[in-house]
Amino acid sequence: MVKTSVARDEKRKTSLDGTVIVSMEHVNKWFGEFHVLRDINLRVVRGERIVVCGPSGSGKSTLIRCLNRLEKHQDGDINVHGIELNNDVKNIDEIRREVGMVFQHFNLFPHLSILENCMLAPIWVRKTPRAEAEEIAMHFLTRVKIPEQASKYPGQLSGGQQQRVAIARALCMQPQLMLFDEPTSALDPEMIKEVLDTMVELADDGMTMICVTHEMGFARRVADRVIFMDEGQIVEQNEPEAFFNNPQSDRTKLFLSQILGH
Amino acid sequence: MASNRTSKRRSAANNNEVAFIRQEDAPILPPPTISSGLAGWLYENIFASMLDYSSLGAAVKSILMTVFTAFVAYVFTVQIYGLLDFAILSAVWQDPEEQKRQVCWTVEQGGALPNGWHGACWPYIIAKTKFILYGAYPNESLWRVNSTYLLGAILLAWVMIERLPYRKFVAASFLTIYPIFATVMLTGGGFGLSQFSVGVNTIAGLALISFGRVGKAGWITGPLLDFSKVAGLAGWFFIFFAAALVSVGVDFDLEKIDTRDWGGLLITLVVATTAIVVSLPLGILLALGRRSNMPVARTLSIIFIEFWRGVPLITVLFMASVMIPLFMPEGVNFDSLLRALIGVTLWQSAYMAEVIRGGLQAIDKGQYEGADAIGLSYWQSMRLIILPQALTRVLPGIVNTIISVFKDTSLVSIVGLFDLLGATQSTIADAAWSTPVQASTGYLVVALIFFVFCFGMSRYSMYLERKLNRGH
Repeated sequence: MVKTSVARDEKRKTSLDGTVIVSMEHVNKWFGEFHVLRDINLRVVRGERIVVCGPSGSGKSTLIRCLNRLEKHQDGDINVHGIELNNDVKNIDEIRREVGMVFQHFNLFPHLSILENCMLAPIWVRKTPRAEAEEIAMHFLTRVKIPEQASKYPGQLSGGQQQRVAIARALCMQPQLMLFDEPTSALDPEMIKEVLDTMVELADDGMTMICVTHEMGFARRVADRVIFMDEGQIVEQNEPEAFFNNPQSDRTKLFLSQILGH
Repeated sequence: MASNRTSKRRSAANNNEVAFIRQEDAPILPPPTISSGLAGWLYENIFASMLDYSSLGAAVKSILMTVFTAFVAYVFTVQIYGLLDFAILSAVWQDPEEQKRQVCWTVEQGGALPNGWHGACWPYIIAKTKFILYGAYPNESLWRVNSTYLLGAILLAWVMIERLPYRKFVAASFLTIYPIFATVMLTGGGFGLSQFSVGVNTIAGLALISFGRVGKAGWITGPLLDFSKVAGLAGWFFIFFAAALVSVGVDFDLEKIDTRDWGGLLITLVVATTAIVVSLPLGILLALGRRSNMPVARTLSIIFIEFWRGVPLITVLFMASVMIPLFMPEGVNFDSLLRALIGVTLWQSAYMAEVIRGGLQAIDKGQYEGADAIGLSYWQSMRLIILPQALTRVLPGIVNTIISVFKDTSLVSIVGLFDLLGATQSTIADAAWSTPVQASTGYLVVALIFFVFCFGMSRYSMYLERKLNRGH
């Protein structure tokens, strides 16, 4: 276990080149009167794996949804891969091309087959020819280990398979950054492992990812940084070992005791 | 203490022999015969409620159900038999001696049928068939109506049958070339060629198409680039419009037939088809506009929808027939059929818009987000993700609205047009065929024709629903 993580780290040190993928500076967001994100400052470099955790209502989903403009931030600057995130539709479109998102409830398109779900974005957004898009789709479906399901429809797959398709669909755009919004929270326990394994493999291949999750085992294995959010603020962030073994803030200690207890 | 409780419960469990390990699989059997197939359906839906005599309460209920079922069956049979008797068994079918109305008279009235006879008078319908189907359309030009019907039926069938190729192309021509063909065929065309209009439209079209091509080749940047994307498509519309002007302007030497001579099923089909085909895309645009974030689009859509929904169709037609001439300059005669078409289409679009908006609202927000997250533009996500799901979801509502407008076309009698019902009503007033059953026969035929079309649409929609639900 220790040996493989060292080998993985060695491989990663060469791939981490310091390019800033995400830069959030003094970001604030309100839902009406409610101040949901308070003075968020975050920098993510290429190849980094961030896990965001916290109690519900802490704003962690809102934070990552701001990164691809599914939510609009009212104050502060967000930059994704050098592109400024503002009201300019061109910027938003460009950012969305470079950012892949995996949702808690999969959000697969039920009227299209698995293969069509994955081919859609390359064909219509990147204007890839159909045959090439199909190759890319099959490649990523193989990578998430369900190539045989390509002609089925989402309704015919299990939850774990659907989520893996969702991951493949996001990967087909070959994004710079992957966002995961509680990807395993809606899954039956026996299917969580297959999705987490897929995400670990993705991380090992050098994908920059920000993952909102309650799966602390995953965080320990994969994260470079664990960020704890509460009431809209980033309360504490640290490397996983330090974070779990030596939490500094009282709120962090309380949260960890609640979720690591059972 | 907790361990005491647990061990007490565990030993109690052991005493009851809770532990169980299956030794061999239970056999997989077919269901008992009485609950499957036609016999099963009959049993469960009709006889089960009548045969349960297990207790006094159940017995009373069974007797009541038996009585009720017998009563309903009796009423049903009497009605169906009554209809069959009127329409087929007691009906008069032929008029060999050309007696006209006398062939359907009883002895009391001066005819040959027994007193108390009551049945359909089919010779009357046969004599009036042309009027019911075509109105006052000149007989020698009926081939034009028939060829229009035939072409329309072929194109429609082509689009509907899945195995045939080029369905999209056929659908496109049904929506573009066919209406022009039908207009020229039915009216006779030759409205006069304005070289100026044709010229302007052609030049504008060519200019826009070229602009679009230049934009695609990458020679334009900045805001004009967005315009160039739409310009190509708009250019083709202008070219099409110019071609349409030419087609209806050129004189093909067909007899010009005024729309006032059209009638019967022809008017019903023309009004209904136009209203249905135009209101669907217009309704989609209005529904999207109403849900849009842009204030102008939203306000205009809401005004349009609420205005046209707030006025009854009969009022719309009445206003169209009375008010439009007030706004026209002297001598300009706005064709009454065209007035009716515009009125019905705009009114129907408002209803269609709300049905579709219901579908758009029913789509899970996650679908919109999933489409956004992979980078699809607004129109791409609408076209590829949202509308296919929304339209499928409200297909029953859409078909309901379509069937409704098909029947609402009868209201065009307000503007002096004779649709199927209006034409039949005028044949009922014909004294040469005056019999006690004249009205009943006439209305029966109208009902049958409407039923055939509406039921056909209903069944096709069920087929579509089944086909579209395969993936869910």
